[in-house]
Amino acid sequence: MIYLKPLRVGIDIGSTTIKVVVIDQQCHIIYKTYERHMSSINAAVSVLFKRLKETFGLQTMVFNFTGSAGFGLAKKIGAKFTQEVIAATQAIRFHRDNIDVCIELGGEDAKIIFFDGLNIEQRMNGTCAGGTGAFIDQMASLLNTDARGINTLAKEHQQIYDIASRCGVFAKTDIQPLLNQGARIEDIAVSVYQAIVNQTIGGLSQGRKITGSVAFLGGPLTFSDQLRERFIKTLKLNDVFVPQNGEVFVAFGAALEAKDLVFDVDTMIERIIQYQLEYGHESHNRKQPLFSSEKAYTLFKERHSQNKLNEVKITDYHGKAYLGIDAGSTTSKMVLIGENQELLYSFYAHNHGNPVQIIKQALEDLYINLHAGITIHSAYSTGYGETLLKHAFALDGSEVETICHYHAAKHFKPDVDFVIDIGGQDMKCFTIKNGVITAIILNEACSSGCGSFIETFAESLGYSIEKFSQLAIGAKAPVDLGSRCTVFMNSSVKQAQSEAALPEDISAGLAISVVKNALYKVIRAHDIKAEYGHNILVQGGTFNNDAVLRAFELETEVEVMRPPIAGLMGAFGAALLAQNSKQNTVKSQMVGIPELENFSYRTKRAVCKQCLNYCPLTVNIFSDNTRYISGNRCERGAGNNQSFEHLPNLYLYKYDKILSYQSNPNHKYALTVGLPLVLNMYENIPFWQPFFDAIDIRVVYSDRSNKVLYETGQDSIPSDTICYPAKLVHGHIESLVLKKPDFIFFPNMPYNFLEKDHGDNHYNCPIVAHYPEVIDANMDHLNLSSFLKPYVTLNDKKKFIDSILHALSPYTRVTKKMLNLAFEIGMKSYFDFRKDVQLEGEKALEYVIENNLNAFVLAGRPYHIDPEINHGIPRLIRSLNVVVLSEDSINHLANQDAVNVLNQWTYHTRLYDSAKAIIPYKNISYVHLVSFGCGLDAITSDEIKDILESNGKLYTQLKIDEISNLGAVNIRLRSLIATRAKEDR
Amino acid sequence: MPTQKEERVVFTQAMRKTHTILVPQMAPYHFQFFVQALKTEGYKAELLLNDDYALIEQGMKYSHNDICVPAMLVIGQFIDAIKTRKDHDKIALIITQTGGGCRASNYINLLRKALKKARLDDIPVISLSAGNIESNPGFKMTTKLFLKLHESVMFGDLMMGLTNQIKPYVVSLDALKKAHQEIENLFEVYFEHRPHLFGNRYRRHAKKIIHLFNQIPVQSLGSKPKVGIVGEIYVKYSPLGNNNLEVTLEKEGVETMTPPLYDFFLYSFDSTAHDIKRYGGSKKLWLVYKALVWYIENRREKVRKIIAKSGYQRPISYRQLKKGVEGFIDVGTHSGEGWLLTAEMIDLIHHGAPNIVCTQPFGCLPNHIAGKGMFKKIKKHFPQSNIVAIDYDTSASQINQLNRINLMVSNAFKNHAVKKED
Repeated sequence: MIYLKPLRVGIDIGSTTIKVVVIDQQCHIIYKTYERHMSSINAAVSVLFKRLKETFGLQTMVFNFTGSAGFGLAKKIGAKFTQEVIAATQAIRFHRDNIDVCIELGGEDAKIIFFDGLNIEQRMNGTCAGGTGAFIDQMASLLNTDARGINTLAKEHQQIYDIASRCGVFAKTDIQPLLNQGARIEDIAVSVYQAIVNQTIGGLSQGRKITGSVAFLGGPLTFSDQLRERFIKTLKLNDVFVPQNGEVFVAFGAALEAKDLVFDVDTMIERIIQYQLEYGHESHNRKQPLFSSEKAYTLFKERHSQNKLNEVKITDYHGKAYLGIDAGSTTSKMVLIGENQELLYSFYAHNHGNPVQIIKQALEDLYINLHAGITIHSAYSTGYGETLLKHAFALDGSEVETICHYHAAKHFKPDVDFVIDIGGQDMKCFTIKNGVITAIILNEACSSGCGSFIETFAESLGYSIEKFSQLAIGAKAPVDLGSRCTVFMNSSVKQAQSEAALPEDISAGLAISVVKNALYKVIRAHDIKAEYGHNILVQGGTFNNDAVLRAFELETEVEVMRPPIAGLMGAFGAALLAQNSKQNTVKSQMVGIPELENFSYRTKRAVCKQCLNYCPLTVNIFSDNTRYISGNRCERGAGNNQSFEHLPNLYLYKYDKILSYQSNPNHKYALTVGLPLVLNMYENIPFWQPFFDAIDIRVVYSDRSNKVLYETGQDSIPSDTICYPAKLVHGHIESLVLKKPDFIFFPNMPYNFLEKDHGDNHYNCPIVAHYPEVIDANMDHLNLSSFLKPYVTLNDKKKFIDSILHALSPYTRVTKKMLNLAFEIGMKSYFDFRKDVQLEGEKALEYVIENNLNAFVLAGRPYHIDPEINHGIPRLIRSLNVVVLSEDSINHLANQDAVNVLNQWTYHTRLYDSAKAIIPYKNISYVHLVSFGCGLDAITSDEIKDILESNGKLYTQLKIDEISNLGAVNIRLRSLIATRAKEDR
Repeated sequence: MPTQKEERVVFTQAMRKTHTILVPQMAPYHFQFFVQALKTEGYKAELLLNDDYALIEQGMKYSHNDICVPAMLVIGQFIDAIKTRKDHDKIALIITQTGGGCRASNYINLLRKALKKARLDDIPVISLSAGNIESNPGFKMTTKLFLKLHESVMFGDLMMGLTNQIKPYVVSLDALKKAHQEIENLFEVYFEHRPHLFGNRYRRHAKKIIHLFNQIPVQSLGSKPKVGIVGEIYVKYSPLGNNNLEVTLEKEGVETMTPPLYDFFLYSFDSTAHDIKRYGGSKKLWLVYKALVWYIENRREKVRKIIAKSGYQRPISYRQLKKGVEGFIDVGTHSGEGWLLTAEMIDLIHHGAPNIVCTQPFGCLPNHIAGKGMFKKIKKHFPQSNIVAIDYDTSASQINQLNRINLMVSNAFKNHAVKKED
């Protein structure tokens, strides 16, 4: 059929898919396609046009492109382009005119459109929160299913876990340990959806409520009814519009907008071919090839094949044997070694979301290969699932993974100076001097998942990881993909794809990016050789990729050693430890064949009710009815009888102390003020409560922080990359509004207390200083006339009184004299509080010395005492039999000299001083608590590190955010304690 | 006194003759004049023009990966430039230091740390600040130098403002380039004369500059939608920091409007005075800063009058700018760009540029408050506002930035068309 007028064609090229819609004069869809374009956009477009020609022949058409990857192409071939959000808006308008909000999730971007009469507000997610669709794909591969499978799983959910929703990388960090602790995959599937919902609301609503009629667009929302369900439940929606053809909806919008330029298909095809010839291999930001020639690769291969391990066939071996199991984040490994550390048996497989099941199969296979001449004398586990496996299979012991990796490395290279391990999820590095680990560097959430990213990406292009890494060897012009995190990398890859980069150049680019991430982001070394020495050993599954290995050598200019079992080193180290353990004189207690046959286990969700934190627990119940509890933050949740509550813990002490400042319940006050328990208020409450008390004002506080409180305020957060302590403020203000005080008081305080005479200055960070302005500008529930945000300083009494008097004047006729007295009372109370904390710090210090205990200075900001911000880390530390000091409890003990940075923030000065204060104490370690998004800590962390390391101490950083799972934190802290123990020996 | 603090290498009197001072390119309309000012004051100075990819790599290598993009790029530009030269014992670096509660105040310390890591720490670093935070015997902020720097900023703003207004409409870009070259030549002569605190030559100079612009043939002036650029000071002005935003926008067919750089300096001086008044401090210092603001504004006002007379858009005064922000954010917000950022957005809306790109380095703290934090309030008061926040980072993909800019520009054209119909 030939149409008289030109047909309108909308082509939507997104980050992962390409959609084409053809409409006739009446706007009926007469043709549509939706497919993944894999890597090559130009090729995919050419194919589509050829198909259009087959279907419509010589029919004239008007074309309009849309979508993030369509922009460049349309420009170059001289076709019309409509931005995708504009196109979506057109399409929505066409279908229904009473839509209030439209949510569109794509592979890379998330968008929200608010319709408000003629006024339309369109938003896209920030850079940091990209990759919704890509995230679902990654999670699917983690759960050994596909996007559709996740939807099916989610239907069967019983419970929803809290999963960090800042971005895909963070969410994954929360999900990995859940999997390894035995959580049901159905529950994880639904939690993935919930995280996406929270991310969309938290990142995009920015103070506008998502209510009324809501339209859902884009691939994930069209194909997954369970994801829609999560949105509907969370936002309490009644009127939802899911358009037919939702997956090609934006292309339809583009078709509606197609006008002016009339082409026939042949012209289009010609232009695309022309484009490919001219721009096909745009080469900006390209890097040097990994290998200059075929020969260079051969030499490289030869050099690395020299590293050999003594292998003995299991059938030929007789005698004692030792087993090591490593339940990593994405893969499980098992190694059996003999008396002389010869490798008898090894196993390596994906967890597929269920490490216990995988290890059970591995053990069954091992028992088949085992013969009467071999007795397993000891078995150890390590990795994320270390304790779960130990309980499940009655192993003889377990050790934190860092120590296992270190032992394995030392076996291969006794004079090793530096070990770097890149696994699927984590990176670990150790420096070794005189046989002792002197530093452990672990990545934080942001740079995690690089290893598995390459693998998932390879799979998405239809390559095996081996094939994909082999491609990189011949790459002529590797693409630069940045070095920030996998969310950024993913979006850079998409850009490279849209510029028609070849798969081999992307593969090589990914290898380089992972290495750069490790070097500059995790290790932060600029010259490995000079800082850490020449004897470097690389290991971890990711280094099995020759391209990664080569990129590492090129970047560091060192020839490194890769052991032949690079991916099995954790398990190998565990086996070595099993051999060295005391138990090795008798036969291992590990489960045998009969128990294994009857082995089964189930998991149950529970909530720990031992304290106010209500940690969600996962209870694993094994066939013999023994239980293993995980998810607990402290010893109480695990059902242990051993109590560490007698240990001094300054964080818990301070939190209780702050909340003990309460107004007199028996006094009838003239007024009530609401104070939010947030940011610097945590430190200043000992001032404000007595101050208000003295002028006859009752103080009510906002509720204690928790996830629910956070969620009540999350839709008014204007910036998704801000720190979690700031995001929490919104929930606290909501909670205060409900308490109906006469006014809410949240002062702007650009300046903090001047604690030193030579501090360069005494600023608060910009967020602490001015967050009240953000609250004022973004929270609809707030009656602004009863929200006081005066600018005050506590350093100058006269100025303080002036500004407070002005602020309070609509409420109370307080005199200057009264304020004067109240100020004195408040200040006395504040200094008493500081003194008290310092005394408590000194007492704790004495306790540590007297009892020869380990202690950590958990160094953060005053608001890090909030359990929702520190996620129970102080309790976790206590359960490791370690005393917790706070930065502000010992800073006064330091020598008060200057540092090398402009030391202009009061809270930071305490960080530096507390680092200096612990230098004389061997058994006190420093743990720096850093909130994600804290730009200032980029400066402090380097300086603290310098202070500590120049005095022979380790620097450990814990980056915290919404992430609530402490799996990685646990490993880090236990590694720290384990290294300490080694030093002592 | 501090005992642990490491000794810094000072810029000595003798180095004045022997050492070339390298100046990072932070604002292309202004920094060329800075360099000319330095040269005519007897320093050897050179503006760094390296802007290729190697620079980012150096920045990444020698600075903390979490540090903001401005610090990383400035450090990268320095180290990249140093590494391509042989005269390591004959160079010095200069960097501005603003002070205040933002981490930008730490640039100089971060630069020194980076130099140390790169084993280049024998190169002296000069801090350029209003408050003379550090002293160098060989580098003195004399009245003469101050006046020349003052005029560099003032005339840089003039160049930027006029270029923004006519560039999208010129018949040939060559004519514009030629005019720019001629203006640069004018300065060589102009700075040879000794500047006077109360002299009037600058007015004639301004007229000459405007005259050169008037010679450039243009067509349908002012017909395109206007897009304002605001944000963190470095990524706002530096093409290196914002992926050449001005050119990107011009290619999209809009007219760009970048608010004057001088307002930022006035804001810095004024903030110090403001804080003294609100939180206590030296009265004398308060007076000095107030007088400084008054003096500069007085001279700028005369130039503004000349601009208005010549038929170009008259920039508003600092006082008006500050007044415009009333009811949005308190003028006590001084972290980073503080209230100035909000004020500039409001001013742009008033001046027919409701379409705004708010640039910030990825993870910039002050912008959470005065940038993104104020969008909602601004949107409420000015429903026509069309603001997009763009995060800049060396690892961010350009396609993401372009897509968001494109959305804003699409809306700008749509609103522009509606306005024309009215």
